[in-house]
Amino acid sequence: MNEPIAEPMLAVEPEPAFETHAPLIPGDSVAGRALIVVIAIMTFLACLTAGAALLVADASQAWRSDVLRDATIQVKPRAGDDVDGLVAKTVAIAGKAVGIESVHALTNAESEKLLEPWLGAGLDLSELPVPRLILLKLRGRRGDDLTALRKALASAVPEADLDDHRVWASRLGAMAGAVVTLAAALFALMIVAMGTAIGFATRGAMAGNREIVEVLHLVGASDAFIAGEFQTHFRRLGFRGATIGGLAAIAFFAIAAFLSFWSAHSPGGAEMAAMFGSFALPLSGYLALVVVCAAVTLLTGFLSRAIVMRHLRSLSR
Amino acid sequence: MLRFENVGLRYGMGPEVLGDINFSVAPQSFQFLTGPSGAGKTTLMRLMLLSLKPTRGTIHVFGRDSSGLTKNDLTALRRRIGAVFQDFRLLDHLTTYENVALPLRAMGREESGYRAEVVELLRWVGLGDRMNASPPVLSGGEKQRAAIARALIVRPELLLADEPTGNVDPGLARRLLRLFVELHRLGTAVVIATHDLNLMDQFGFARRLTVGDGKLKILDGLAS
Repeated sequence: MNEPIAEPMLAVEPEPAFETHAPLIPGDSVAGRALIVVIAIMTFLACLTAGAALLVADASQAWRSDVLRDATIQVKPRAGDDVDGLVAKTVAIAGKAVGIESVHALTNAESEKLLEPWLGAGLDLSELPVPRLILLKLRGRRGDDLTALRKALASAVPEADLDDHRVWASRLGAMAGAVVTLAAALFALMIVAMGTAIGFATRGAMAGNREIVEVLHLVGASDAFIAGEFQTHFRRLGFRGATIGGLAAIAFFAIAAFLSFWSAHSPGGAEMAAMFGSFALPLSGYLALVVVCAAVTLLTGFLSRAIVMRHLRSLSR
Repeated sequence: MLRFENVGLRYGMGPEVLGDINFSVAPQSFQFLTGPSGAGKTTLMRLMLLSLKPTRGTIHVFGRDSSGLTKNDLTALRRRIGAVFQDFRLLDHLTTYENVALPLRAMGREESGYRAEVVELLRWVGLGDRMNASPPVLSGGEKQRAAIARALIVRPELLLADEPTGNVDPGLARRLLRLFVELHRLGTAVVIATHDLNLMDQFGFARRLTVGDGKLKILDGLAS
């Protein structure tokens, strides 16, 4: 059976130009375009969620890092105490403690400035029992080093209260963790919703292309070959949808970063920057968005292949 | 090569459309399957192509009992069978060239390896200038020839053709039949379903399988 079928009419003619390898599953259909739109929207939302989670995680990390590098001592004088003397004594003890890089006692003027928004200008602190603050800059972030200082202050200056900001940092960490967990759950829900949409689309495509599947079987195509054709078809749709959604998300974060930078010097912008950082994704964040898009593309292909294989296996001839 | 033993088929709970079918197709044999319209020729062809399961009896294809075939076995066996369908079953979104090349593509062969072969066959069946055309713009005869070319491209060991000359003029019909005969001489077993008595008379050596009332009668050819 390896001989040529027929010899006649074998005149050598130049081969004409023609299409040779069109996709076996027709690419351009209403259902296909609808799926691209769904994937684009889901990818956009998934990228927004992932990007927002990254921003919150980064901002939280920065907050905690800043907060844990500092400590504060409040000196709460009682009536008749020599406040300046207590402050000087505290500064002296703190200056000798291990792990302290610098000690700065807020002057009366600095304290008055801090309280100015609440108590107004022209305040005389000497008339009020306001605690005096001493700011400590720590070497590194090791709060453990403060145990000795805490003990020394307790015995020498009981009016001094050392706050290493751990409780605050821990609350910040818990809040950021909750936000990131919520974002991860939303992300997972979006992926599940997208997977469901892909599943419906694949089953619809199989029903719409039943004739093609049947012919492919009859000409000797294996299930794996047919599933591979569907996989290629859906991977193309997934790629187009993920690219549109991913580019939209990247543009969103780029514009947000630009606006954040542009408004950084305005009062509102400064507060936003203090709360949420610069609102600019680092390069690794943009790479993460690209990874999300690639994952969506691959997920679309593999999911459709799995559904087609399962369906073909269930078919009796 | 192909053996039917007490094969019967019914659709659902309906009556048997085919019953007690016993026959075999020997290697390198040539036979016509004939009978009145609606007698079950196409159903019998589908049973031979293993696209239908019999409700009773056994079908042996290339020495294998069809009831125990896995899907992979079925795929492998179908690659040894060429089929021409009455309704052509060409894929409308593919060109004629792609339709004819489909079985080779489904086998995973590289396009560069079969391109010349497909072009040669298309020229032989007179579709050399229609390679880029898609089935919706082909005439009935052109579709018929494209369907035949698709069945022949794999050089099958068994060729099943359902009314392969139904849509072509007598001249082309004879030419296509000569192609089948040539294929038969090269070693392919051929089964052609037709009710064209003139055509069958031209090939007196061929065996005739006649379906009627759900039964099969066999009339051996002059040189079968």
